[in-house]
Amino acid sequence: MNVFRFILQNHDQVLELTLEHLRLVGLSTLFAMLIGIPLGILIAHRPRFNKPVLASANIIQTIPSLALFGFLLPVPWLGDRADRLAILALTLYALLPIIRNTYTGIRGVDPAVMEAGRGMGLTESQLLFQVQLPLAVSVILSGVRVAVVISVGLATIAAAIGAGGLGEFIFRGLAMVDDRVILAGAIPAALMALLADFSVGWLERRLQPQ
Amino acid sequence: MPTSELRAYATIWQRITDCALCPGTPVCWADMPPASETPVIEFRDVSYRIADTQVLSGFNLQVQRGETVVLLGRSGSGKTTSLKLVNRLLTASSGEIQVNGVSNAEVDLIRLRRGIGYVIQDVGLFPHFTIERNIGLVPKIEAWPQDRIRTRVQELLQMVALAPEIGLRYPHQLSGGQRQRVGVARALAADPEILLMDEPFGALDPLTRDELQREFLLLQQRLHKTVLFVTHDLREALRLGSRIALMEAGRLVTVLAPGEFLGSTDPLASAYVRAFGGDLESAAKRGAL
Repeated sequence: MNVFRFILQNHDQVLELTLEHLRLVGLSTLFAMLIGIPLGILIAHRPRFNKPVLASANIIQTIPSLALFGFLLPVPWLGDRADRLAILALTLYALLPIIRNTYTGIRGVDPAVMEAGRGMGLTESQLLFQVQLPLAVSVILSGVRVAVVISVGLATIAAAIGAGGLGEFIFRGLAMVDDRVILAGAIPAALMALLADFSVGWLERRLQPQ
Repeated sequence: MPTSELRAYATIWQRITDCALCPGTPVCWADMPPASETPVIEFRDVSYRIADTQVLSGFNLQVQRGETVVLLGRSGSGKTTSLKLVNRLLTASSGEIQVNGVSNAEVDLIRLRRGIGYVIQDVGLFPHFTIERNIGLVPKIEAWPQDRIRTRVQELLQMVALAPEIGLRYPHQLSGGQRQRVGVARALAADPEILLMDEPFGALDPLTRDELQREFLLLQQRLHKTVLFVTHDLREALRLGSRIALMEAGRLVTVLAPGEFLGSTDPLASAYVRAFGGDLESAAKRGAL
């Protein structure tokens, strides 16, 4: 098929853009986990922060991605480099599923287990690290999985602001009205999403408490 | 009946009749201190209010060293609340609870709780830990050496009549009765002086419940813990309690020894006796196995 010939002929560039794409998705997911998991823990323990935090994450989710990239463009330092900006935007989008699943996972721990743990004299941090997080880990990871899959797709749009990644092929193909070029971006992106879904899913099952 | 079981009963009987100081009585009171000693747990005019609901009011009760006081009452009578006030899972609105003569509000919360064993109806074993780790958790966070924890866990498994290999299993692989045995073993792990038990046998089938009640009595003869025990089952209260504290609508109605309970003229006590019907006398022979 033409597409595969095109990919083979341009394999250097496909590889380079795939790696760029991976970097955007990887870094943004990492940041989203670093922010989202503690926030999820916080709102699971302090219910009054629950509404504002989840509402903010929800609102971010409703902003069209292209518009968000555009809004962030004039921000100093961030706007200097397109990839910084893309990583920030992708991080923001990944927050909601991670925060929500962390919250759900922690709240889902059997109240009897928590009561017994408190009654035995575990400190709040012992309860968190030895009981709540290990029991919530698979729910949290399923949030991460959703976030990664969304990010792989959204990261293609980051090419619109020059952040690179597989979206470059897609936009170029659109401009050239050449399906081969579009697919050269879309196919690796789809494969990446599937692979991420599968591997995080595998990890999720591995870490599922009995 | 298989011989092994007969032998087990024989040993049990031996242990009971062994007490030289008080021959003929099923329970050994010989090493019970006189009641004048500082009570291990003392409620002093305790009230607990949440929002507009008065859950507990003017509650006074003393629990002496080595006795099992059963809080008996219907749902919502405030018995669980009283229990949770002792290890400060709840905080009294007024009054104070003394543990060994010191207000429990002045003791470090974590220290207080680690010195009190806590057993609840739903057990609350950590599903991601093996039985061994469940039982050994408090010793572990108290930084006992590994081999001492292992020895202690084995000792406790034996104490609650569980096979040593159970230690390697996970909670979901155990039956309800086994899980509650583990719950008791876990509460005893760091050898606390006090045990708080909130309907520990309430969710078990009648045969298993009977078995665990009997084992509880045997364990108590050996360990002489100070126990505060919540139940709504009069039969259980008569069988396990040294004294029964009858509660209703957040108030303590009366405190009676099991023997006095059946003949009591208190309207609530006699209502209980009527509701539970005949054959309570045998249960009231405290320590009836």
